[in-house]
Amino acid sequence: MFLNREDFKNACTTYTDSLAMQIKKILVCAGTGCVAGGAIEIYEQLIKSNEKYDVPCTVTLEKEPHDKSIGIKKSGCHGFCEMGPLVRIEPQGWLYIKVKPEDCAEIIEQSIINETFIERLAYKKEGVIYPTQEEIPFYKKQTRLALEHCGHIDATSINEYLAIGGYQAFTKALFDMSQEDVVEEIDLSNLRGRGGGGYPTGRKWKQVKGQNSSIKYIVCNGDEGDPGAFMDRSIMEGDPHRVLEGMMIAGVACGSSEGYIYVRAEYPLAVSRLETAIGEAKERGLLGRNILSSGFDFDIKICKGAGAFVCGEGSALTASIEGKRGMPRVKPPRTVEHGLFDKPTVLNNVETFANVPFIIHKGAKWYKAIGPENSPGTKAFALTGNIENTGLIEVPMGTTLGEVIFDIGGGMRGGHDFKAVQIGGPSGGCLTKDQLDLPLDFDSLKKAGAMIGSGGLVVMDEHTCMVEVARFFMNFTQNESCGKCIPCREGTKRMLEILDRIVSGQGVIEDLDMLLELADTISATALCGLGKTAALPVVSTIRNFRKEYEAHITENRCPSRTCQKLKRIYIASEACRGCSKCSRLCPVGAISGKIKEPFLIDPVKCIKCGACIESCAFKAIKEA
Amino acid sequence: MNTEFMVIDNMPVEINGERNILDVIRKAGIDLPTFCYYSELSVYGACRMCVVEDQWGTIQAACSTPPKAGMAIRTNTPRLRKYRKMILELLLSNHCRDCTTCEKNGKCKLQELAQRFGIKQVRFHNTSEDSELDTSSLCIVRDKSKCILCGDCVRMCNEVQNVGAIDFAFRGSKMCVSTAFDEPLANTKCVGCGQCSVVCPTGAIVVRNDTAKLWKELSDKNTKVIVQIAPAVRVGIGKELGFSEGQNVMGRVVAALRRIGFDEVFDTSTGADFTVLEEAEEFSKRLLTEDNLPLFTSCCPAWVRYAELNYPQLLKNISTCRSPMQMLASILKEHHREDEKRVVVVAVMPCTAKKQEAARDEFKEDGVPYVDYVITTQELIHLIKEANLIFTEIEPEAVDMPFGTTSGSGVIFGVTGGVTEAVIRRLSDDKSSFALRAIAFTGVRGMQGVKEARIDCNGREVKIAIVSGLKNADDLIRSIQKGEKQYDFVEVMSCPGGCIGGAGQPVTNRDGKYNRGAGLYNADRMSNIKRSEENPIIKELYDGMLKGKVHKLLHVNYLKPDRS
Repeated sequence: MFLNREDFKNACTTYTDSLAMQIKKILVCAGTGCVAGGAIEIYEQLIKSNEKYDVPCTVTLEKEPHDKSIGIKKSGCHGFCEMGPLVRIEPQGWLYIKVKPEDCAEIIEQSIINETFIERLAYKKEGVIYPTQEEIPFYKKQTRLALEHCGHIDATSINEYLAIGGYQAFTKALFDMSQEDVVEEIDLSNLRGRGGGGYPTGRKWKQVKGQNSSIKYIVCNGDEGDPGAFMDRSIMEGDPHRVLEGMMIAGVACGSSEGYIYVRAEYPLAVSRLETAIGEAKERGLLGRNILSSGFDFDIKICKGAGAFVCGEGSALTASIEGKRGMPRVKPPRTVEHGLFDKPTVLNNVETFANVPFIIHKGAKWYKAIGPENSPGTKAFALTGNIENTGLIEVPMGTTLGEVIFDIGGGMRGGHDFKAVQIGGPSGGCLTKDQLDLPLDFDSLKKAGAMIGSGGLVVMDEHTCMVEVARFFMNFTQNESCGKCIPCREGTKRMLEILDRIVSGQGVIEDLDMLLELADTISATALCGLGKTAALPVVSTIRNFRKEYEAHITENRCPSRTCQKLKRIYIASEACRGCSKCSRLCPVGAISGKIKEPFLIDPVKCIKCGACIESCAFKAIKEA
Repeated sequence: MNTEFMVIDNMPVEINGERNILDVIRKAGIDLPTFCYYSELSVYGACRMCVVEDQWGTIQAACSTPPKAGMAIRTNTPRLRKYRKMILELLLSNHCRDCTTCEKNGKCKLQELAQRFGIKQVRFHNTSEDSELDTSSLCIVRDKSKCILCGDCVRMCNEVQNVGAIDFAFRGSKMCVSTAFDEPLANTKCVGCGQCSVVCPTGAIVVRNDTAKLWKELSDKNTKVIVQIAPAVRVGIGKELGFSEGQNVMGRVVAALRRIGFDEVFDTSTGADFTVLEEAEEFSKRLLTEDNLPLFTSCCPAWVRYAELNYPQLLKNISTCRSPMQMLASILKEHHREDEKRVVVVAVMPCTAKKQEAARDEFKEDGVPYVDYVITTQELIHLIKEANLIFTEIEPEAVDMPFGTTSGSGVIFGVTGGVTEAVIRRLSDDKSSFALRAIAFTGVRGMQGVKEARIDCNGREVKIAIVSGLKNADDLIRSIQKGEKQYDFVEVMSCPGGCIGGAGQPVTNRDGKYNRGAGLYNADRMSNIKRSEENPIIKELYDGMLKGKVHKLLHVNYLKPDRS
C-alpha cells in the first residue's frame, strides 16, 4: 500500500531495479489467439524445462531485488497472430513463431543457456530469415504506442507496470498539474476518440469538467463488437493497467471519483486481467479513497455486457450499466450532460484511454508530431481476411492503406489479387484498389465514404463475392439492431431479404434501386449511429461493384464463384466415362446414370459440395 | 426578454418555452405526423415520422430537437415525404392489414397516416409469424400482429401508471412488447386500467368488447336487463355521436338504451350518493379513533388492484365502501330478488378495470355477480351504432324510478377530486350555498395529477390529498411512508384526470378532458339536489330495504385473501 507519492516513487525504483536483475527474459504471448494455440502450456513447459538447468527463474516480479535471474512471463498480444504462439527472447529481441510445447526444452537450452538462435523457429519469408522481431517486415513499419507494452511485460503484474514507469503519468496529473492543465494537455494533443466517431477527447473532457454536478462518471467502452476487430481486447488483455491509468487521469481532470469499464462478456480473458489489475491497484492504494494521500478518490467497476452489439453505442451502453434494456435514446441531452445514472459522463473507448498516459507523460507536442495535424497519433488495426499476416498492428495515422496491406500485412494470401477491404466493420464501407493510396485517418476515410470505425480491416481477394460481403454485414446489423426505430428495425430486415434473394439468384434489377432507396431512408432517419451507418456496406459495394450485383441478377452468376446457390455443377458428357465413382460419393444421391455412359447431376438434389469434382479422375465434372 | 423566433417552412414562429420543435411546429398549425410522441410521456424518438430538414439538409427528428432562436427548418420537402412514405410502407408490410374487421377501424393512426400519405401499394411481403391474441385479461385484448412497437403502451404503463406489466423483449426485427416471461396478461401485475389502449395508435391493444354477449341477453324474453350509467359516460360519449366534447347527453343515452332494449335504466350517481354517506361516516369514525388513517378511497378498481399487488399493508386503510357501481348493483339485485324473470345488471362505465371488478368473488352472491356485464362508453357507442340509431335525433328521456333521483355530488364522482368534494359537502356543517362554492375552491378541482386541500371538520384540521395516475399515487404513498407527508383522506383515481379520462371512454386530449370535467361540474350546478344526503331515495332506502343490510349490500372486505 503506497501511502503517499514518496512511497510510490520509492517502490517504483525498486521494481525497476528488480526488473533490471532479470538479465534474460522469455515472453510468451498470452493473448487470446496464442492461448488458444497452447501458449499457457508452453509457458508452463518453459518453467519446467528451466528447472532442469538450475538457472534461477523469476515468474513474478517481487519488491525485494533478487539475484540475477531469468524472467519467464505471460505477456499481452504481440500482434503477429498469424504466426502464433509467439515467444520472444530478450535482451536479443528474438522472436520464435509457431512454438510448440515440445520446443521449450530446446529454447531454454539453446537460447537461454547457450545464447544461440534457433533458426528452425524463426520467421522466414522468401528465403530470408528474420531473427529479431524488429526486423520482421510486419513490425518494421509499425509505431506501437497504445500497444507499446503488449508483448513486452507481464500482463498480469502491476509490479512490472510500475517498473517500466507505469502510473507516473497519473501521479503527474494528480500532483503536478491542475485539472485545467490536464484537460488542456489532452485538448492540445488533439487526441480523437478511437471508438470510431473521432470526437476530440479534450473537448469532451472539458464539457464534463464544466458540468455543475457533484457526481460524474468516467466510463470506458470495451464493448468491441465489430466482426474481425480485436484491438481493444488486446489492449485490455495485454496492458490493463494502462487503461486504468487513462481512466484515472480522466477522473482527476474531470473531478470524477467513479469509473466503469463496460466489457463484452465474450472477452473472458480481458475481464479477468482487468479484474486482477483493479484488485492490484486497490491493494496498492492507487484506487480507492484518498489516493496517495492526495485527497482524490477513484474507484473502477467492471460491468460485463450481455452480448448486444448496440451496447457499444453510448446511451445504450450507459442504459445497460444501469440495468436497463440496452437501447439508444434520443439526443440531446448528450452523455456529457446526462450520461450514466443521469450524471455527466466521460465515455471513451479503450484505445483512447490507453493513449492518455502517454500524452500526459510526454506532452501534447510530442504526441501531435505523430501522424497528420487533424488526426494525430497512432491507430491500432486488426488485420483479418485473405491477408498473409493476420494480426494486430498499430501505425501512425495517415499511413496509407497500401502500406498497411502490402508492407505490414504482407499482401494477399496465396498470391491472389487484392479486391477490396472492409474498414470500420458493419458500419463501415469498402475501399478498393483505387484507394490503396488513401491515408488512413478520420477525415480522409470519411471523404471516401468509409469510416475508421474501431479499426477492423477485413481484407478480401478476388475470390470474395462483394454481394455476399454486403449480405454478411447486413445480416449482422439486422441481428444486432436493437429494434427501437422503424427505419433500422424494418429497413435492415428488408434490405437483408433483398440481398438474400440476390445471392440465391432470385433478384430482379429493380432490387438495386430498392436497396439504395431503403439505404437512403435508413441513413437519413435512423435514431442512432448503428442505424445511420447500417447501410454503408451495401451502398459502397453497389457503388464500387455494381457489375457483380448485376451478374447475380441478370446472369444468375456469381463472378467470384462463392455464392453457393448460384453454383451449377455439371458433368461434361464428352469427358465422362461412366465409371460411377462420383455417384457413389455423392452424399445426397444427386448423380445417376448407366455404367459406361455419361452420368447426370440432378440440379435440384445437388447441394454443390464439390465432392464429385475432386473425385473425378477424368476431370469431367465442372463448375459453372 | 426579447421574443425568440424560429422559421418553419419560411414562416416565423415564436418559441415559447416548448420542449422540442415538434410542439412549435404543431403550434404553427402543421400536424406533423407521429406515432410515438405524447407530451405526457417521455420522448422516445422511435417512429421517425416527425423528421424535418434544416437549412443544411440535415434530417432531424422534431420530437427530440430543442428549438433554438434563428433555427430554420422545413417540414414538407420531397425528401421528407419520401422517407415518411417509406417508413409507413415498412410498417404496413409487417402489419395485419385486415382493417375492416379491426376494432380500431377508422380510429387507427397507421390507417389514417397511410391514407394521408397515399400509400397505395406495399412492396414487401408480410413475413411476420402468426401470433396469438392475448385474451386473458378481462379488460383489454392484445394483438401482437398489429403492434408497431412505438412503445407508447410501455411508457404509459411504466411512467404514468408505475405498473410495469409490459416492456420490450428481444432485439431487432424480433422485438416485441411482452409481459415478463410472456405470461398471459392476466397473470401479471396489470391492474386493468387500460391506459395502454388509450395511447396505442393501432389495434394492438384494444378494450375488450363484450357487446355480442349482451345482445343475446337483450333478445332473451325471459331476462330483464337493467342498466346503470356512470357519471363520466354522459360527458364522454357525445363527441363521437355528433355532439361537442364534454357535452352532457345523459337524457339521450337513457333514451338510446331503452330503444336498444334495456328494460330499466338508472344512474350510477345514485350509487355514488350512497358511497358518499357511507364513506363520510366511515371517515368520521376513523377521525375519532385515529385508526387506519389516511383513509384511501375505494371507488377505483384499478387502484384497489394496485394496492393489493403492491401495498397489501395499506388495504386496511382503504375504505370498505363498495364502489358506486357495486352499491347500486347490489341494491338493484336486492330489489329484484323476487322477480319472475332472470335479472341481469349491466353497467356502462368509462372504465376497463370495472370489468375486472365485476368478476371479483367479493361481488358475487352464490356465484352470480351483482354486475353481470360491464360495457365501456366505447362499447355503448358500438351498441348505439349497431342499433342503427341516429343519436342526434333521439329525444332525451329521464331515468327510471324508484332509484331515479340523484344529487350533484354523485355526478361529479366522474372527475378527479369529485369524490372528495362530495364527501366534504357531507362532512361540512355549513349547509349554505355559499359553503358549497367555498368547498369548490379548497383545491379539490382542477386537472393536476396531485392536489391538496385542508378543511375544518368539527374543529379538527383535515388534510386531504387527491391524486390521479398511479405513479402519482405511488409517489404519494412513498412520501407518506417516509413520513414526509401526512394526510387524513386520500382520493385515488388511476386514470389521469379521473374517470372522464378512463380507458373505456373515446380517446381525447387534455382539452377534451377539461371539457368533460366542466360538463360534470355544470351538471352539478344544474342539479337541484346538491348534497347526497338530500337525495330522497337515500333516506327512503335506509329506512326500508337497507335496514340491517347496510353492511351486506354496501361494504366489502378487501383484506380477505385475494381470490380474484
